[in-house]
Amino acid sequence: MSDAENPPTTEPIDPAVRDGPSGADFEPVSVFGDDATMDLRPGADNCYKCSVCDTVCPVAEVDDDFPGPKFQGPEQWRLKRKEGSEIDDSIMSCSNCMRCDDACPSSVPLSQMHNTARGEYVDEQMNKLSVEYVRNRILANYRTSAWFASKVPRLANAVMRFGPTRWVMEKAMGVTSEREFPAFATQTFREWWRERGGADASRRNAREARERRGDPVDADKKVAYFHGCYSNYNTPEVAKALVHVFESFGYELVAPEQRCSGTPMFANGMLDDAERAAEVNVSSFADLVEEGYDAVASCTSCSMALRQEYPELFDIEGIEDVAENTFEALEYLRIQEDLEGAIANASVEEQAFAYHAPCHARNQGLDRQALELFRELDGVAMEDVGDSCSGISGTYGWKEEKYETSMKIGEDMFEHMHDAAGDVGMTECPTCAMQMEHGTGYEIKHPLQLLEEALC
Amino acid sequence: MAIREDVLVVGGGIAGATAALAAAESGATVRLLSHKKSTLRQASGLVDVLGAVGGDGSTGGDGSAAGGPKLIADPFEALDRLPDSHPYRVVGADAIRDGLGLFDEAVGDAYAGEHTDRNALVLTHGGTIKPTARYPESVAPGLASSEEDTLLVGFAGLTDFDAPTAAAHLEATDVPFAIDGVTVTFPVKFRDDALTTRFAKALDTDESSARKRLADAVRDAAADLDDYERVGFPAMLGDDAGREVRAELADRLGATVFQIPTGPPSLLGMQLEDLLLDALDDAGIRLASGNPAVGYEASDGRVESVLVDRRGREVPYAAEEFVLATGGLVGKGIDSDREAVTEPIFDCHVPHPTDRYDWSEPEAFGDHAFARFGVVPDDDLRPTDGSGATEFGNLRAAGGVLGGADTAREKSAAGVSLATGAYAGRRAGEEAMR
Repeated sequence: MSDAENPPTTEPIDPAVRDGPSGADFEPVSVFGDDATMDLRPGADNCYKCSVCDTVCPVAEVDDDFPGPKFQGPEQWRLKRKEGSEIDDSIMSCSNCMRCDDACPSSVPLSQMHNTARGEYVDEQMNKLSVEYVRNRILANYRTSAWFASKVPRLANAVMRFGPTRWVMEKAMGVTSEREFPAFATQTFREWWRERGGADASRRNAREARERRGDPVDADKKVAYFHGCYSNYNTPEVAKALVHVFESFGYELVAPEQRCSGTPMFANGMLDDAERAAEVNVSSFADLVEEGYDAVASCTSCSMALRQEYPELFDIEGIEDVAENTFEALEYLRIQEDLEGAIANASVEEQAFAYHAPCHARNQGLDRQALELFRELDGVAMEDVGDSCSGISGTYGWKEEKYETSMKIGEDMFEHMHDAAGDVGMTECPTCAMQMEHGTGYEIKHPLQLLEEALC
Repeated sequence: MAIREDVLVVGGGIAGATAALAAAESGATVRLLSHKKSTLRQASGLVDVLGAVGGDGSTGGDGSAAGGPKLIADPFEALDRLPDSHPYRVVGADAIRDGLGLFDEAVGDAYAGEHTDRNALVLTHGGTIKPTARYPESVAPGLASSEEDTLLVGFAGLTDFDAPTAAAHLEATDVPFAIDGVTVTFPVKFRDDALTTRFAKALDTDESSARKRLADAVRDAAADLDDYERVGFPAMLGDDAGREVRAELADRLGATVFQIPTGPPSLLGMQLEDLLLDALDDAGIRLASGNPAVGYEASDGRVESVLVDRRGREVPYAAEEFVLATGGLVGKGIDSDREAVTEPIFDCHVPHPTDRYDWSEPEAFGDHAFARFGVVPDDDLRPTDGSGATEFGNLRAAGGVLGGADTAREKSAAGVSLATGAYAGRRAGEEAMR
């Protein structure tokens, strides 16, 4: 703990407050003349070098050259106080799995430190004309490519499966040709949602469900769905499952305007891109939260971004309200409804799943909920495939130079999946799902799809 | 409130795990809440019950110096020498045996020591001898009571363990055997600050024939290996394949091979954490980890739910009975600032001198008041308020959050956790099933 009278917080500081009249108060960071918008000094001071973070880092485990989270966070933060010092380029090898956050016994905001260091590295030290920068920017802005592709999904799928395209992508852009590109859906979730009648249809369905359930017809059950890019463009079946499940519990949904959650942008140090996306998301969800909506996400990295990374990294009006009222879909139902009771009365055809908890689910304390819940579901056998990271970490495993590391990290999980009784995988994270499929050839489902099968 | 169990245990260390296991035996549904990875990763992996008592309160915390606590051979015989306010005096010897029984069952043959009540003497990486009740089976061949000539092996660059110094220290304590230390270069080259886990993995996978080359290095470094009946290494001799690694090294060295517990990040501590998690899973205990408990809801003197902060929103976890096992000052179950010492979740009473300069002694290993800070239990382990009245009818405390024990000086941390965890968990289970 800092020896300051009032240790500063790690929240972004409003410059007006920081430099205002209260600025005369003793503030230890000022001796370093730090103009950054947040003060990470308490984070660096709280680190007592126990190195537990390094023992949970999946990259450090397979890559001896990667100085783990302790270096990337508190140590690098301190080193870069010195004028003329540069950020070590190894920061780009951090996959942003955020496991270190969960391991630290001393509340050092490791991932926040990594995100800011990476942003600074990309801003100040990376050549903007380099293939790596351009490639990372394209990968980080997946939504833009997906938007184009969704206009001509069949053509896009054919092109992306075409060997020579992938060869050129690898040679010219550094995007590995080892992976199968995810297929674009012929109808996006939003197209389906509009065609189905949008929010009006959802309100009708929700009311019918409430009547059936004996809930008050005017019950205040309203959620705003953050579907993210992947379930919109690639796996609309997950988004549809969420809609069906929530409506069956009497919730009326809206699908407000939204951009990418920012997860791939944080991971690539593109904080300006992430902030632009965050501004759109916060503005559209903050209004709804004020009207009494809660936000739910089906992707655990999206809910992570809205909850933790946004308030840690940006100062946008309404950001705290959105963070406090955002939930992962299953988590929300567990808190609000008797999901256990509903599951206990349901049954599905016999099936066995190899479940993998995504790192970002782990960080939100959600890594056990699917297991716990579906163990009570008649017909279902659930097996946890261990606590290792899948290794793909979003765009990380798509980079030609990171592919091998990514697959090495995933080895444990693949092995456990093969050992598990089930030959269908289950996870909440779309890129973990890609990796699981890539490493085993298994079909991968989202917990919401099983919930839909059981309850709808 | 949709999230509900019969018993909710807050805290994921030894006390919490033991309480959960004990409660589950009653047939109650049990959930264990934990914030972060537990402090077991910082712990040696040894399970002490009581290693030292008494003394006049002056310095000498390692047990050897005059005035400090005196080492004891049998924890059970020494119980009545503890102060009345000590948690052991509240729960009694039966609870200690109960806790040890739950532990033995949970860890199976991964640990040794259950054959006797008497303390075993384990060599530490600092070159001292520690009395302990249970120890990993890989540590067992290295006990000080076994009169076998010993070679300690350290790795160059691994600053935590200097084998020649540790050996010299042990020799100075008059161990009943010859002991020497050598430093070897680990056969696989890592970065300078490589972790224990990295060494372990290289041996697990026998990377670049690491096992054979390590044995060769030891043979080269030791003047005459035949002089030694056993060889001790820092506890990083493999993880998943630990037994196999030790067997191969023993075969190549022609001596018994044992491990010496290390500081953090401690492989033995992590392995114990895994063993306990597996036991919790096998007992059908639900786990929720990653978010801190920050408050509670109560009515009529009973806790109704514990509030868990998930980034701004407080989510209630409801139960019939609750166990507070959040740890002491290190585990953050007890908090302090410049003004006061507090228990942050239920704001239970934690007695402490008003002047904070009375919280500690000038000597590093002195008889610090802060070491005994914690909640004050009634005779059913329920925290009491300043007037001695029970705070809540259905809240019991276990482990480091309880005051009254200087577990570091007494070498009793794990034992207090086991005994009070077992007691609190059983009582919670009984009450919930009534």
